[in-house]
Amino acid sequence: MSDALKELGAYIEAKRTDCVLAWDVTHDELNLDVTPSNIVGLVEFLKSDATCQFSSLVDITAVDYTGRAKRFDVVYHLLSMYQNHRIRLRVSIREEAMVPSIVSVHPSANWFEREVFDMFGILFSGHPDLRRILTDYGFRGYPLRKDFPTTGYTEVRYDEAQKRVVYEPVSLVQEYRQFDFMSPWEGAEYILPGDDKADEKAEAK
Amino acid sequence: MMDGTKGFDDALTGEQKIRNFNINFGPQHPAAHGVLRLVLELDGEIVERCDPHIGLLHRGTEKLMESRTYLQNLPYFDRLDYVAPMNQEHAWCLAIEKLTGVEVPRRASLIRVLFCEIGRVLNHLLNITTQAMDVGALTPPLWGFEEREKLMIFYERACGARLHAAYFRPGGVHQDLTPELIDDIDTWSKEFPKVMADIDGLLTENRIFKQRNADIGIVTEEDILEYGFSGVMVRGSGLAWDLRRAQPYECYDEFDFQIPVGKNGDCYDRYLVRMEEMRQSLRIILQAIEKLRAPEGQGDILARGKITPPSRKDMKQSMESLIHHFKLYTEGFHVPEGEVYCAVEAPKGEFGVYLVADGTNKPYRSKIRAPGFLHLQAMDHMSRGHQLADVAAIIGTMDVVFGEIDR
Repeated sequence: MSDALKELGAYIEAKRTDCVLAWDVTHDELNLDVTPSNIVGLVEFLKSDATCQFSSLVDITAVDYTGRAKRFDVVYHLLSMYQNHRIRLRVSIREEAMVPSIVSVHPSANWFEREVFDMFGILFSGHPDLRRILTDYGFRGYPLRKDFPTTGYTEVRYDEAQKRVVYEPVSLVQEYRQFDFMSPWEGAEYILPGDDKADEKAEAK
Repeated sequence: MMDGTKGFDDALTGEQKIRNFNINFGPQHPAAHGVLRLVLELDGEIVERCDPHIGLLHRGTEKLMESRTYLQNLPYFDRLDYVAPMNQEHAWCLAIEKLTGVEVPRRASLIRVLFCEIGRVLNHLLNITTQAMDVGALTPPLWGFEEREKLMIFYERACGARLHAAYFRPGGVHQDLTPELIDDIDTWSKEFPKVMADIDGLLTENRIFKQRNADIGIVTEEDILEYGFSGVMVRGSGLAWDLRRAQPYECYDEFDFQIPVGKNGDCYDRYLVRMEEMRQSLRIILQAIEKLRAPEGQGDILARGKITPPSRKDMKQSMESLIHHFKLYTEGFHVPEGEVYCAVEAPKGEFGVYLVADGTNKPYRSKIRAPGFLHLQAMDHMSRGHQLADVAAIIGTMDVVFGEIDR
């Protein structure tokens, strides 16, 4: 299995040297790093080429790597029902960068790109209808970014007096509990109560 | 205006200017299979445009998963497609096992296959019978739910919960099956063909059912590729694509079963495919029971190691086991860095999990790929040009469940 994938990876790289930055086969899966500007051409090539025949789009998603200059990875999964193989394409982009939409090649990308826009705020240029999809009407913020709190910013409830649903800032009755069960000797990052004072003392000296 | 003072030149009033009519279908509509809101533009009774609004059941599963351990995340998968919960858990377990390189014991593998197929029957029973209800028949759901009830009791006897099982665990399954339960599943699977024949007799040659489903929502091979269909939506159109056969996972490669395909790709063919798939599932169930009873099918049901709990007996005798148990259920196990995509043939189609692990006890990112999401996306394409009444039949045949679409 993985020999065939290696062959395929080498084949794609040889055919499209301008698109492929790097490729590898890990866990029996073929990964391709692609430049953002060439993604449409490459997906089209993968779809039409007789060796590849990646005819159906399985998934588009993104991963937020905070602290990296190119913050987001947009990840495409493609499947060939004819050749029975899969491929993963990764596109690294900066926070404010746009990715060309692949709706023209795979119409099924429509909702996936809307979802990625909804969840991460990544814009897709050339998308016919880039609305939010999963979040509430009038929602603000991008929930799957790592800097978005799990609790969110607003909460809704039905107001008996106004006879309608009202939006309010989140007020938690108790602090949001984020347990960290890591063993202290295994490199926990939190500061134990009192430890912060030790640093202050050291600085004072 | 009716008193005749206006004369007969009301064509000028704009009153009779024909315009398309927009209606809201759902979110509170029994045929919407949950909380689907469709904005339909109608020209008379013909659907011109269909804009599904989803997300009314969005619970932020993927966000929640990032702050919980791998084991704590498992029950979230029951709540995706709540019609066949264990099939979803399976994908999550496979993804973890692929990253950690854990080998599942044979008995656990067989139990997984057994319950995945029970899940398939659960799902198809619900889908077929509720689709019959969407097009006007009330008896099939009542008969179908009776069988679902029996299957859910098997769920309960295996893991203690009727619906939200949390039974498949990374490295195996939570508990072993008792011989009595296996016997009862065996008895049930011998009786079930009779119930199938009853439902078959109600629907397959039923004139109304056929009129409402035949030639409705035809899916071509091109549609399949363009809209990324999977599962029955593909097989109904004659493509024998089944992940259990094409990319075998677990121990499906040693089972003897056939993949039914349709001919016309319409709603009626998909109904027939689902019926036949249930019969094939039954075959797999019987084979799994036989293998579970064979001597090779005996043994442990968890790959004992870091990612699974120690046996109860060990915990009473060994301090290390007790510590291991405590650490496993508090801190959880660590999954080595890497990214994998694991897909299973869920009853609705390809259900996949894309897991990015960063070496800690929590997933860095996990994306759930639900088959229904893509199927519903093609709603606009499939319902265009159909009658309003056919929209219900198309939603039914797509087999949408909002737990997995909205996540």
